Amino acid sequence: MAAECKTKLSKNLLRMKLMQRGLDLETKKQLEEEEKKIISEEHWYLDLPELKEKESFIIEEQSFLLCEDLPYGRMSFRGFNPEVGKLMLQMNAKNKAEEIEEQTVELDVPWWGQLGKSLPRKEDRAIYEEDENGDIKPIKAKKMFLKPQD
Amino acid sequence: MAEAAGVPAESPAGCRARAARTVLDQVVLPGEELLLPEQEDGEGPGGAGERPLRLNAAARSRGRVVCGPGLRRCGDRLLVTKCGRLRHKEPGSGSGGGVYWVDSQQKRYVPVKGDHVIGIVTAKSGDIFKVDVGGSEPASLSYLAFEGATKRNRPNVQVGDLIYGQFVVANKDMEPEMVCIDSCGRANGMGVIGQDGLLFKVTLGLIRKLLAPDCEILQEVGKLYPLEIVFGMNGRIWVKAKTIQQTLILANILEACEHMTTDQRKQIFSRLAES
Repeated sequence: MAAECKTKLSKNLLRMKLMQRGLDLETKKQLEEEEKKIISEEHWYLDLPELKEKESFIIEEQSFLLCEDLPYGRMSFRGFNPEVGKLMLQMNAKNKAEEIEEQTVELDVPWWGQLGKSLPRKEDRAIYEEDENGDIKPIKAKKMFLKPQD
Repeated sequence: MAEAAGVPAESPAGCRARAARTVLDQVVLPGEELLLPEQEDGEGPGGAGERPLRLNAAARSRGRVVCGPGLRRCGDRLLVTKCGRLRHKEPGSGSGGGVYWVDSQQKRYVPVKGDHVIGIVTAKSGDIFKVDVGGSEPASLSYLAFEGATKRNRPNVQVGDLIYGQFVVANKDMEPEMVCIDSCGRANGMGVIGQDGLLFKVTLGLIRKLLAPDCEILQEVGKLYPLEIVFGMNGRIWVKAKTIQQTLILANILEACEHMTTDQRKQIFSRLAES
């Protein structure tokens, strides 16, 4: 290898790891660039004009739930099925709570009614039976805890 | 904008496209194209008959418009696919441009995700039930999709039972799937509908009319005698009253009230209330 000019080593040889130490920075950079060029030229691309993506402002929905505020589908009148009556209040109250409304809610469901417990407590049952008749009656005051007087 | 409303814009198809705002609550036919309100507004005092200037997307201040049943998106416009009256609902919380839909009438139900329907169990195969909901194919209902159901604790569902559930998967490419629980795992009234009662079929439009918030029919019916009703969005109604006669009267009223005028209905109700 003792020659006046450097023996021409192939690029593959120069790229090998054991040769990296002997190379200077420039040669290294050149090698890298050539590698990148080869790789990027191999990639295929479509020679089409750039299409602008149309941002659509219209959403398609096939459900009627968005269109009309339909209440819960199970209904019970005049106390035929008390459980369904309770469900009616629960589900319709949930719907009303989601909307932003300024008017006062006609049926004032107390906070314990929205816990969704399957077993009703005695106090709750009395209140719900009244409301389910379809009449708007004010809720009686719940029996609050009375501190025992010493 | 009187000019925009009076002069219809020409669409490439050659048919006139009308502004959606002008045909609200009017009958529209399939094939019509409707312009959304923002598309008619021209910048400044546009001359009559000129095509309105199109604002670029960045300047558009409208939110998303939802096109509901009976309408399809066709470029920037709405294409009508069913005949009926065009309806519009303003956005409640200020997001989006509202909902447009066509109030059409049909008897055949197409499963839609999120709809609550009444189904009839037709087969029990392995871990799933096949439920007939009135669509093109029976929906599948897994036995684990009931409240409190585990692999050991199976729900008590027999062939021929009535099920009230909602769809979780319903599109034209897949078999519809329904469940009887909500996303939290609670039944919320869904599941097997109890004994007795009568199931009958009505048109889909009647169901929506009866379920409307200010429906007088339901209020009057509720005053007659104690009863229970379940509405399925697939056109099926289940009613139950104390005696068979009352149940039959109820079913007849609900079926007939679609074609009755308000006066006829009031007559019938007053006659019933007397007897």
